[in-house]
Amino acid sequence: MVDILMPALSPTMEEGTLARWMVKEGDSVAAGDILAEIETDKATMEFEAVDEGVIGKILVPEGSEGVAVNSPIATLLVEGEEAHSQQPAPAKTPPSSEDMPADTRQHPAPTVAAPVEPALPEGTTMKKTTVREALRDAMAEEMRRSAKVFLMGEEVAEYQGAYKISQGLLEEFGARRVIDTPITEHGFAGIGVGAAFGGLNPIVEFMTFNFAMQAIDQIINSAAKTLYMSGGQMGCPIVFRGPNGAAARVGAQHSHDYAAWYSQIPGLKVAMPYSADDAKGLLKSAIRDPNPVIFLENEILYGRSFDVPDIEDHTVPFGKARIWREGSDVTIVSFGIGMTYALEAAEILAADGIDAEVIDLRTLRPMDTGAIIESVKKTNRCVTVEEGFPQGSVGNYISSVLMQQAFDHLDAPVINCTGKDVPMPYAANLEKLALVTTKEVVQAARDVTYRT
Amino acid sequence: MAPRKSAATPNVSKDELLHFYREMLLIRRFEEKAGQLYGMGLIGGFCHLYIGQEAVVVGLEAAAEEGDKRITSYRDHGHMLACGMDPRGVMAELTGREGGYSRGKGGSMHMFSKEKHFYGGHGIVGAQVPIGAGLAFADKYLGNDRVTFTYFGDGAANQGQVYETYNMAELWDLPVIFVIENNQYAMGTSTLRSTKSPSYWERGAAYGIPGEEVDGMDVLAVRDAGRKAVGHCRAGNGPYILEVKTYRYRGHSMSDPAKYRSREEVQKMREERDAIEHVRQMLLTGNHASEDELKAIDKDIKGVVNDSAEFAKASPEPSVDELYTDILAED
Repeated sequence: MVDILMPALSPTMEEGTLARWMVKEGDSVAAGDILAEIETDKATMEFEAVDEGVIGKILVPEGSEGVAVNSPIATLLVEGEEAHSQQPAPAKTPPSSEDMPADTRQHPAPTVAAPVEPALPEGTTMKKTTVREALRDAMAEEMRRSAKVFLMGEEVAEYQGAYKISQGLLEEFGARRVIDTPITEHGFAGIGVGAAFGGLNPIVEFMTFNFAMQAIDQIINSAAKTLYMSGGQMGCPIVFRGPNGAAARVGAQHSHDYAAWYSQIPGLKVAMPYSADDAKGLLKSAIRDPNPVIFLENEILYGRSFDVPDIEDHTVPFGKARIWREGSDVTIVSFGIGMTYALEAAEILAADGIDAEVIDLRTLRPMDTGAIIESVKKTNRCVTVEEGFPQGSVGNYISSVLMQQAFDHLDAPVINCTGKDVPMPYAANLEKLALVTTKEVVQAARDVTYRT
Repeated sequence: MAPRKSAATPNVSKDELLHFYREMLLIRRFEEKAGQLYGMGLIGGFCHLYIGQEAVVVGLEAAAEEGDKRITSYRDHGHMLACGMDPRGVMAELTGREGGYSRGKGGSMHMFSKEKHFYGGHGIVGAQVPIGAGLAFADKYLGNDRVTFTYFGDGAANQGQVYETYNMAELWDLPVIFVIENNQYAMGTSTLRSTKSPSYWERGAAYGIPGEEVDGMDVLAVRDAGRKAVGHCRAGNGPYILEVKTYRYRGHSMSDPAKYRSREEVQKMREERDAIEHVRQMLLTGNHASEDELKAIDKDIKGVVNDSAEFAKASPEPSVDELYTDILAED
């Protein structure tokens, strides 16, 4: 007898819904027969048998949500076996992040009492929303607001988005405004730029920013520089968005974090949100912005839920950092998925009596260096956290700003926690080592507070 | 190069012929002056002259209507003059002065005019092609019946993004005319050394885009082909390709030693196929204008060009504050 396990149907899938069983107990199946329909956060997929045999016991009834990857969902009796009672599927327990293998690298939501920001109208209710839904809501709201806003990219329309970000948009806005492109990043990025010059507000989705390297000439040379080269005549109101950085086990060509690259370019604005409320508010601001905006999302964060203010028009301004946790001993600065390490580290440090202040930059260009300096004046120490490469990192820039503008307030060298200086390896153990870890952030904070 | 066909039975009015003569002469004299100013050190960096190719842009502008858009590469001075931009503003941009179209911040390769629907002036070979299709996308999206003239050279015609754009332009029926200005040399590499498929317009067939080859030294042939292409696009039939065979008399840029072609080849083209001389002969043989009348036009053009040069020299350099302006648009 063998267990049939809940399959992982995407690199970042950790759990899914068992939508429908296509077989029943006692059915004979052959390899390749469809056993069930599994709904992931991205799509509904058919799950096939890999062995032949007879379905013994169905352990997880159809309609079950949150079924953990690799938990048994049924048993398969191989030749000569009889059906008999089985153990129920084990209850799903969220693992602690440090013990988790890289391919299920999802950090438990940090237990932050309440972020210090933002100031919302009194009586605002909150709605649990995933980053994925928040991004979709932001686009839908802005498309309702202005007929000049449209979305183009690979698989954004009929497929409903490779990562399901554009789910439902084709249905609401039609094929004129939700446009599937051929796989030609360079070409459609340029067409987007031209459409922006021509008076529209395109949202160009890259299936991942790794593929935007094909298009980077249009992003930098055409979108970012034209306003300047035209003496202010010709702006380019466009949003380039998509997942950025490492997902899980997708190897060197699909794991690049471009935060430092784009944050270097005058003429661009760059956002890299962490939470769903910021993702929504910043994307709405980005779509309204008269400048080209690089909007760096993260595949692992897409499925994470956060409180999003249930108000009509939730926008977040660019260039304003958010303090997630106030503290007096060390300033931890991060952005995007780096915030998961920062907040986790702050929890661990608090248990040791080190009181960390955690700042989410939210936008890298413009960057709220003022907020960092103000915090460092209080803590006198700073650790930066990002997944990108160490040389020429965002943290390097923050370090130089602090040296030049807050030198007298520093009691320790700034430490930059980054991804390692290697192409992303595929092997699970190596990938985990290549990324920044919470442990490294904790150690860095201990080092700068001289409490090792 | 194909022989002239339109010369036999020209379907053109006297006024139109005089207009073509004037427009082409303005470009040639302007470019000659730019070459002089470059030699004097008043213009720096890269400067790509349009001398020899004047009939291409003048002929196509005759097929355009108000609101139609145009975009081109770095060899852009002729396009700007032909669409009605002020020679003073163009020349002052060449000298990097405050009075230039980009207030001195763009230079020879980067000028724009929203008013004249001129979208640059692009320095990366081929990059203007998808942008041109994007402009056409915007017009189609907004329900205008405007068309976009997207100019590029035989060198750019080998860039991958051109074919990505062909595919999407035809897929989405975008009203864009791809104008391949084939001057036979991509910098110093002749078309014959660049490709075994030197009939560039025929490549459109792979994407379902119709097109044709045009004699680019004959302004009337260019105008007629332009009208046909515009008609195709404006009727909602999608893109059209014009491969306009032309010839640049001067180097790729000011620093071109021209070792890749013979003096005789250039001389032969100037003597036998010059587009301005062609129109001049039509005006004279058709008794539309006398030598004296043409001389008066020459003198007038010289005045316009000299005035632009004087303006470009007198205009001050941009204020140092300009270094940090126009990086981001205000909300």
